[in-house]
Amino acid sequence: MAGKARRRVAVERLEHPGSPPPAGSRHEPVAIDLDRLIHERLRLGIVSALAVNERLSFNDLKRLLRTTDGNLSVHARKLEEAGYVRCDKSFVGRLPKTEFRLTVAGKGALERYLDHMEAIIHATRDG
Amino acid sequence: MTQPTPARNPRSAFAPGAPGAPGSQDSQGSDTTEPPALHLRAMDNLRFIRQTMEEAVYFTAVSGVGEIAVGLTALVAAWLASHRATAQGWLTVWLGEALIAAILTGGAVVWKARQARLSLVSRPGRRFALGLLPPLAAGALLSYALLAAGERALLPGVWLLLYGTAVVTGGAFSVRIVPVMGLGFMALGGVALFAPAAWGDVFLGAGFGGLNLLFGLYIARRHGG
Repeated sequence: MAGKARRRVAVERLEHPGSPPPAGSRHEPVAIDLDRLIHERLRLGIVSALAVNERLSFNDLKRLLRTTDGNLSVHARKLEEAGYVRCDKSFVGRLPKTEFRLTVAGKGALERYLDHMEAIIHATRDG
Repeated sequence: MTQPTPARNPRSAFAPGAPGAPGSQDSQGSDTTEPPALHLRAMDNLRFIRQTMEEAVYFTAVSGVGEIAVGLTALVAAWLASHRATAQGWLTVWLGEALIAAILTGGAVVWKARQARLSLVSRPGRRFALGLLPPLAAGALLSYALLAAGERALLPGVWLLLYGTAVVTGGAFSVRIVPVMGLGFMALGGVALFAPAAWGDVFLGAGFGGLNLLFGLYIARRHGG
């Protein structure tokens, strides 16, 4: 029963991250606040790609993640606003160049997210 | 380029309405359908992170600094080879250079993959190797056949052409400049095939030395090392 309760809590936390856990529920270890910011697939892709590269240009990220200019811009800006990635803009000749780096906060967020996913898997198996 | 698999689809997991997603038909039923869906979605997310990291490693696997180092050793090799009196001495110099280049460039890829704690036999790694190795193997076989037939003069053109082909095919999933570099080698090799035999070391020096230096500097500047 406890396993089922834990799983139910985890599902609810995925659906409504940030909401308080149900009273009396045994929610550890899966009921950790899910970082909705990097939970979205494209943002998760950006953070993952930058975790193994010191920096990546806008065009490289776009090609690697097979996405569009607009989509990448929107999601990269959200990560930048959260302080997870740093965006450096410069000019190479007359061409503008945008590069992204993962910040310490971004690395921490990815590690927490990985821990969260692993906790969900362990909780499901243990249950 | 392969099409994204369902697992790579940004909307495949955790998306409202997706099979197994919260709120979908199968998650509203009995308790027994929830755990596998949650478990699978978490695993799918971990798989996505790993795949993205692996692809990102091979996407920027070519090291600009490594290419510069190969370019410099190739210039030395071209000078040394041009001063060898025998065919065997000439061949030894260039085979030695090929070994040094393989260690420098291969070492950079291995180091980068290990730094990221990623497997070298991952899907992108295998794709990289499968693109790179067949033209190089063809080059080795052709070299042996041409030497046996006494056609040493054709070797510089064949080497540049097939090395360029390997860079184009192996670098198809890398940053855009890598296949462009391969095309440069192929063009130079094509010219070398029809140039006078005495220019062989000049072409090899210009290709393995000059092009590697040129593109290495560009990659190091634009793609960080």
